[in-house]
Formats: sequence, structure tokens, C-alpha cells
Amino acid sequence: MTLSADPAAILEPETIEEASFLRDTMRAFRRNRMAMVGLAFVVLLVLGAVFAPWISPHDPYRVELDEQLLPMSATYWLGTDNFGRDVLTRILYGARISLVVGIVPSLVSLLIGTVLGILSGYMGGKTDFVVMRLADMMIAFPSLLLAMVVMYTLGANLLNIFLALALVGWASVARVVRSQTLALREKEFIEAARANGTSRAVIMFSHIFPNVVPTLIVLFSLSIPEAIMWESSLSFLGVGVQPPEASWGLLVAKGKEYMFQAPAVAIAPGVAILLTVMAFNFIGDGLRDALDPSMKD
Amino acid sequence: MLMFALRRILVSIPVLIGITLILFIMLNVVPGDPVALMMKEHASPEVIERVRAQMHLDDPLVVRYLSFLWNALQGDLGNSIKLNRPVTDLLLKAFPNTLMLAVCAALVSWVIGIPAGILSAVRRDSLLDRFFMGFSLLGVSMPVFWSALLLQYVFAMQLKLLPVSGFYGWEYMVLPAIVLGWSSAGVSARLTRSSLLEVMRHDYIRTARAKGLRETGVITRHALKNALIPVVTIMAIQVSGLLSGAVITEAIFSIPGVGRITVNAISSRDMPLLQGAVLFATVLVILGNLVADILYSVLDPRIRSQMKKDA
Repeated sequence: MTLSADPAAILEPETIEEASFLRDTMRAFRRNRMAMVGLAFVVLLVLGAVFAPWISPHDPYRVELDEQLLPMSATYWLGTDNFGRDVLTRILYGARISLVVGIVPSLVSLLIGTVLGILSGYMGGKTDFVVMRLADMMIAFPSLLLAMVVMYTLGANLLNIFLALALVGWASVARVVRSQTLALREKEFIEAARANGTSRAVIMFSHIFPNVVPTLIVLFSLSIPEAIMWESSLSFLGVGVQPPEASWGLLVAKGKEYMFQAPAVAIAPGVAILLTVMAFNFIGDGLRDALDPSMKD
Repeated sequence: MLMFALRRILVSIPVLIGITLILFIMLNVVPGDPVALMMKEHASPEVIERVRAQMHLDDPLVVRYLSFLWNALQGDLGNSIKLNRPVTDLLLKAFPNTLMLAVCAALVSWVIGIPAGILSAVRRDSLLDRFFMGFSLLGVSMPVFWSALLLQYVFAMQLKLLPVSGFYGWEYMVLPAIVLGWSSAGVSARLTRSSLLEVMRHDYIRTARAKGLRETGVITRHALKNALIPVVTIMAIQVSGLLSGAVITEAIFSIPGVGRITVNAISSRDMPLLQGAVLFATVLVILGNLVADILYSVLDPRIRSQMKKDA
């Protein structure tokens, strides 16, 4: 009868459940219209950033002094800046910086925050104390000021922006991961693993870690827009990406000198920031609702 | 209650000391001579030597850190290299302007954010809810420097209703406060909405309805009392966000506040001034968090008993 069935069939429910968790998540995400709009925008932006040299007929760096601050036209869709460079092309190249800055530091702070958060939550004791006090300090620093100090000390370039943003971001990740680890630690399956004699490292890596992944995905998607915002603010203040690179914050800063003659030079890159940040926020909200409905509202 | 406040204050002291240490290390273990960097090629070696001696830059790091800490405790943050005046004086002179900006921005944020959040929660999923939530999303997603520029362009340059920048009277505060307040109004609105929705699920709300209270009464007398607790306290926590925003807002509108001092200190590589300004701002943030925690425990008895259990 059913009892004599193939042993694989007994194992199957688990795989079915896993697959359906993924499928449910995907379905819930797809049903979220704003999240899909956000995703479509980000895909377009990534394509635009990657293929910028082939899409745009203009050179983003070439100075053309007799074509300064031209209005919008068929050749220059958003006009030109004070050096005669095509504004739209520079925005496309700026997307490269913003996307990289959104993703790389977020990954780094996620990595640091996850490792320290799990360690802190699972080991408890002194480890927990030291990590959490360190996190308290980082969180007490006003983020923009901390990032500015790092840029001041290390010098203004892209690599140091990564460093500054990772330094700002890891602490809140560690806090969230720690509190989840604390809850997980009390669960039966962890207790079972402990009773089994499973080593602490294995428990932390292969039992606890997989259970915080959904949260990590949400944290990641929501930290991208934040990082993009911080980079543009740093660059706007002159302590971020330096000219002639085309960071969106820098484009607004340079464009603001010409608000009267050519408002589009400063306004258009700001629209790019706004849309990108909104798109990533939509995706993040969609992922959060799909992965963890209890976090909704 | 007093015990809780006291304990909370004691906990912040090591955090504060740790912060001074991190800040000191970041600013003082800079590769290269800060004095030479700041003065570039204008200064002779003798002058550089003299300034270095004045700043005690040749003492061992530990000695310098301890004397920095000791002096800071007594309110002495050293002298600004560029302006040759005590950092504390400069900061205290600038602080009222930043405080005024923050308070005005907070007012904007509350006056717009809280009613918007309440209406959104009450008329959940209505057109109004979508409009307010879209508006708050816009506020959160907009870079402060860009919205500042936009408002400056429309209201100051084109319509000439308000001054572009500077700080000589209340009318100079309008645009900066709106710019800074709008971004946190979005946060206030979302928080009010979700907190009110949370509270409306509780049994005592059903009881209030069941005994025949009108919906307005249910909301104003029963639901809001609990729903606004997190909203009231978030503002104190938002001090950090407001300060970061104030840095940019002050820079754009040329308001002589702590934020602009920080930006100027960076561009003129005035290390003592930067150190003092960041420390000052961080102390404000810690105080804000402290006030928030204590306020929370005053407003919400559940937190207080939880704290007692933990202790």
C-alpha cells in the first residue's frame, strides 16, 4: 500500500514545499503592480547604463565650448551643459555610478552585518556585548556626517564612497539579524541540531543563516536606494565622486549654477535620482510583502 | 521612572566615549600632515612647525586623545585653524539657527504628516490614501538638495515670492523648513498610518464601537491616544535624519548653522572645527535618542514594565 511506496516520495513534501515557497513569493511579487513597474524601470536603467556608449551618439566627456547650454533639441534631447556636453548622455553614464554605488556597499554592509549579527545573537555573552555596543556607536553617528568624515580622511573617490557607505550601513543590518537569530536560537530544530552534536559553526551557517535570507533580501533591496541617495548627497556636497565623472549628485551641483539659462541641466539628473530611488523602493516594498507578509504596514 | 532614565543615561556614556575615540582615530590617523595639507604650499616650514606645536600634533596619540577628551568635557573643542576662534564659540553661535531650522521642519512634518497619516488610515485604500501615500513616497525618495533647488527656482527665482538664500528674517526660513520638513513628513505620515491601522485591530476598539460610539469618537478618543505614541517619539529619533538633512539644506540656502560649518570645515580642511562639529552633532543625536526612549516609557506603561523585567 502507500507505506511500501518509494522512499523518495516520503522526502518529496519538503521539496514541494520549498518550490512552492519560492513560487508563492514570485506570484505575490508579480501581483504587486508597483513592484513590477519598479522592476521594469530598473531593468531599463541597467540596460541603459551598460549599453550607454552604443545607445548615445555623444561623448560624455568631450568639451564643445561653442555648444554650451543648448536647449532641448532632436540632437540633444535634454540640451547641453556648460561644457557643451549632452545632458542625457551624462545622465546615462551617471546611472553606472549610481547602480554600482547602490549595489556594492549594500552587499558589503550586508555581509559584515550578517556575520556579526549571527555571531552576536548566537554566541551571546562578550561577543554580543562588544558587537552591539559597536553597532550602537555607529548608529548614533549621523550617517551623512560619518560618511563625510570618512571622505575627508581617505579622500574623495568612488572606492572610499563604498567604504564610507558600508561603514554606515552594517550596524542596522547586524541589529536586525541579531534579533532574528535570538528568536531562531530558541526553536526546536536548532535545539535538535545542538543535541545532535552539530558544531556551532555549522548551526550558524547552515541552520540559522538560511532562515535570515528572506530578511536579508528585503534589507538589501531597501538599502540600494538609500546608498544611491547618500552617494548623490556626498557628490552634491563635493566630497563624493569628482568631476569630470558624471555622478547624478554632481550633475545637479554643477547644473545649479545655470538654473536661469538652462534649468534642465540641474533638474533632469534629479529626476533620474527620484525615479531610481522610487523604483527600488517599490521593488523593496514588493519583496517585503511577498517574503514576509507580517512586516506589511 | 527616574531609575529608568538614570540607567538609560548611564548606558549612553560608554557609547559617547566610544564615539569620541572612533572620531578621533578617523581624523587623526590621516595619512599625511593635516597642517601641511591645510596650508598647502603657502606656509613656510617654520609656520607649519609652530601650528603643529600649538595643536600638540607631535605628542603621542594616546596623550592627544585623552587631552581632547578632557578638554571636550570642559567644553573646549580647540581652535578653528582657519578662523582662529574657539570651535565651541563658533558652534554655539551657529546652533540656534540649526535648531530653528529643525524645529520649523519638524512642525511642517507634523502639520502635514500626522493628519495625512490619520486620513489615510481611516480611509484605507481610498483615492485619498493612495494620494497621501504617493505624496509621502515622493517626499522620501526626493534628494533634499534637489527639492531645495526646485523650490528655490520656482518660488524665489521665478515667482519672486521668497528670498533665494541667506538668513535675515523669518521669510528666509520658509523654503528651507518646507524642504527639510517634507522629507520627514513622508515618514511621519507613513508611521501614523501604520500605527493607527495596527491599533484599530485591537479588541478595545471593537468594544468602543460596540457600545455605540461614533467613528470619530472611536478614533480621536481611543485609537489616536495609542497610535500617536510611536509618532511622538520618532521625532526625537529623527534628529539624526534632520541633522543630516540640515547639512545639505543649510549649504544650499546659506544658513549659518552647524551643518554649513561642517561643510566649510571639510572644504577648508579645518580639522579641529570638523571634529568639534561632528562631535556636537553626534551628542545631539544621542540626546535625541535618550529623550525618545524616556518619552516612550512615560507615554507607554508597557515599555516601562518591560524595562523593569529586563533589568
